[in-house]
Amino acid sequence: MTWVNVVIQGVLLGGLYALYATGLSLVFGVMRLVNLAHGDLSIMGAFACLVLVGILDVNPLLSLVLVLPMIFVVGYLLQRLMLNFTLKGDDMRPLLATFGLSVIIQNGLLVGFSADSRGLDAGWIENASLSLGGGLAVGWFPLLTLVVAILVIVLLNSFLTRTRLGRAFRATSDDQEAARLMGIDNRHIYALAMGIALGIVALAGVFMGIRTTFTPGIGPARLIFAFEAVIMGGLGSSWGPWRVASHWAWPRRWASSSRRAGESS
Amino acid sequence: MDKKHEEEARSLLPPGSLSRREFLRLAGAAGATVGLGAGLGGFIAGCGGEEAATTTAPGDTTAGGATGRAIKIGFVTPLTGPIAGFGEADTFCIEEWKAAAPTVQIGGTIHPITLVVSDSQSDPNRAAQVAGDLINNDKIDLMLVASTPDTVNPVADQCEANGVPCISNDTPWQPFFFGRGGDPAVGFKWTYHFFWGLEDVIVNFTDMWKSVGANSAGAMWPNDPDGNAWADDQTGFPRALAEQGFTLVDPGRYQQLTEDFSAQIARFKQANCDILTGVMIPPDFANFWKQAAQQGFKPKIASVGKGLLFPSSMEALGDIGYGLTTEVWWTPAHPFTSSLTGESCAAIAAKYEEKTGKQWTQPLLHYAVYEVAINALQRTADIDDKEAIVEAIKTTKMDTLAGPVDWSTGPVPNVSKTPLVGGQWVKGEKYPYDLVVVNNSIAPMVPLGGEVQPLS
Repeated sequence: MTWVNVVIQGVLLGGLYALYATGLSLVFGVMRLVNLAHGDLSIMGAFACLVLVGILDVNPLLSLVLVLPMIFVVGYLLQRLMLNFTLKGDDMRPLLATFGLSVIIQNGLLVGFSADSRGLDAGWIENASLSLGGGLAVGWFPLLTLVVAILVIVLLNSFLTRTRLGRAFRATSDDQEAARLMGIDNRHIYALAMGIALGIVALAGVFMGIRTTFTPGIGPARLIFAFEAVIMGGLGSSWGPWRVASHWAWPRRWASSSRRAGESS
Repeated sequence: MDKKHEEEARSLLPPGSLSRREFLRLAGAAGATVGLGAGLGGFIAGCGGEEAATTTAPGDTTAGGATGRAIKIGFVTPLTGPIAGFGEADTFCIEEWKAAAPTVQIGGTIHPITLVVSDSQSDPNRAAQVAGDLINNDKIDLMLVASTPDTVNPVADQCEANGVPCISNDTPWQPFFFGRGGDPAVGFKWTYHFFWGLEDVIVNFTDMWKSVGANSAGAMWPNDPDGNAWADDQTGFPRALAEQGFTLVDPGRYQQLTEDFSAQIARFKQANCDILTGVMIPPDFANFWKQAAQQGFKPKIASVGKGLLFPSSMEALGDIGYGLTTEVWWTPAHPFTSSLTGESCAAIAAKYEEKTGKQWTQPLLHYAVYEVAINALQRTADIDDKEAIVEAIKTTKMDTLAGPVDWSTGPVPNVSKTPLVGGQWVKGEKYPYDLVVVNNSIAPMVPLGGEVQPLS
């Protein structure tokens, strides 16, 4: 039974990592921009949700209806007004710019919200689970995370492959100059991509905030997981991160379920 | 001729490879990124230091006696970064210090005090750097520091190396002493510390477990200095638990910020553990405890160090935090008073709540480092001789807001122990959570607020 549990929990965990990673992967795929502020932006999404929940007194999952469009606009403007200017020439410029952004977001959040741990309270769903018999149980919330992650990837994939705008995304990614000759405004496309990516990132942040607690400074530690999944899944691939995340979750879990883990450390 | 040479040189590079110039450019940019981080941090900390230095409290010259030179005291605290929760009460403490004791009288001469505050940014390397700055550039007479080994150890090491007296608390004494390579036979010359130790946590935890009749513990110890110290076969929990007849399930050190704990939970369920213990940071504990609820692991009692210290962390947990137990270093119910103002713990806590609008928090105990500093300075024979200052610190015998401080009674040299009790988080009246003292077996002077209630 242990191995069944390991496989199930690994797949569920993959859902969370996929949410972290998808936004990063999209941005890199479209404009070859490595966003070092990714983790901090997801924490910013969680704080945005916290503020809205405080004002409107609604379930954080419901507040997503407002949080996601807000963060989309932030992402659009961020790309349009700042990051687009870093894409010309030197590869290191976007790295430096997003690194600076990461420092600014962390300290801005610290000033605004102090160093206290925060959590988002989504009610009963946090602790409830579905019993599968034989001592196996699947938490409703991890299950919801997985479903949302799959939904996000499916929607993003069909958007990229089936729609006109999606074609423009891919065209810009393949050959920016040629796409511009065809009348595509790459600055607008980049900004849209960043908006969508940040929307997904904020979604990940809110799910993380419900799952556990967060502080203004925890972004970079979360970013590492997204990076691992993105790099191993192939930069710019949409299913890659999820596949990697679940496969990669298994050995980690094997390690912690075996007795040797304790002795070797 | 020149052109030919250039072509020859170029042909030496394999086609398609990164040119030397390009490589240098990339390497330079990468270096700049790292440098910028450090530089920016330095800039911010520099600003903080300047500000603190210019807002020095004016010397109180109305009292009798001559006015001496200003005495500079350095204070390193994590105001920003991941452990900023420990430094959160320090801004309040600094204001209190300045108001309560802006001057110190040493041998008939009144000296104004200049307090220079530096932010460690929760980074041990940064803490060492700002401590070095305080010592070498600000020429401080005395260093104060608190807030976990990540702040205390690097600062104390700098003081030891540069021969500056240092008073610290809020770090269990083992990491302070052994973590810095201390030898119990020799001790340190310049650095003095007062706090409790791991042995006190063990007593409090096991006493609380006994009072609810639980005997099988599941342990969550991370792969970090705290986790390894708690899990140590000889000096940590395993030996003490075996001696007292508890069974222990230790699934091994886990990586911090692990997202999934179902393997550990399955082990605890399998072994029918009725106790959960560990030393976990708040996000890990929140994650673990929610998954435990999902997977149906319901121990009788949960005693966890580090992650359950602050009321804000409890509020972030939501309703599942009621009934959790933890180690408690300080509460408003502690029967101690400030040697600076005579205010009780309750009065200081009430003042903090009024000034900041936040619930009291245990790091208010940092207040006591300044009490010890003032007390020692008053007894210093020659203020211009650092050895005299350290001699005065060494012979301290006083009562502070954190309890009695006396370095002649410690388990090792340079360490004086403050009382540790066990506490349980219950539903509060004014705030969502209240911390109630439920075990005082090694600190009977601290009044009990109630009995341990098993988790329902």
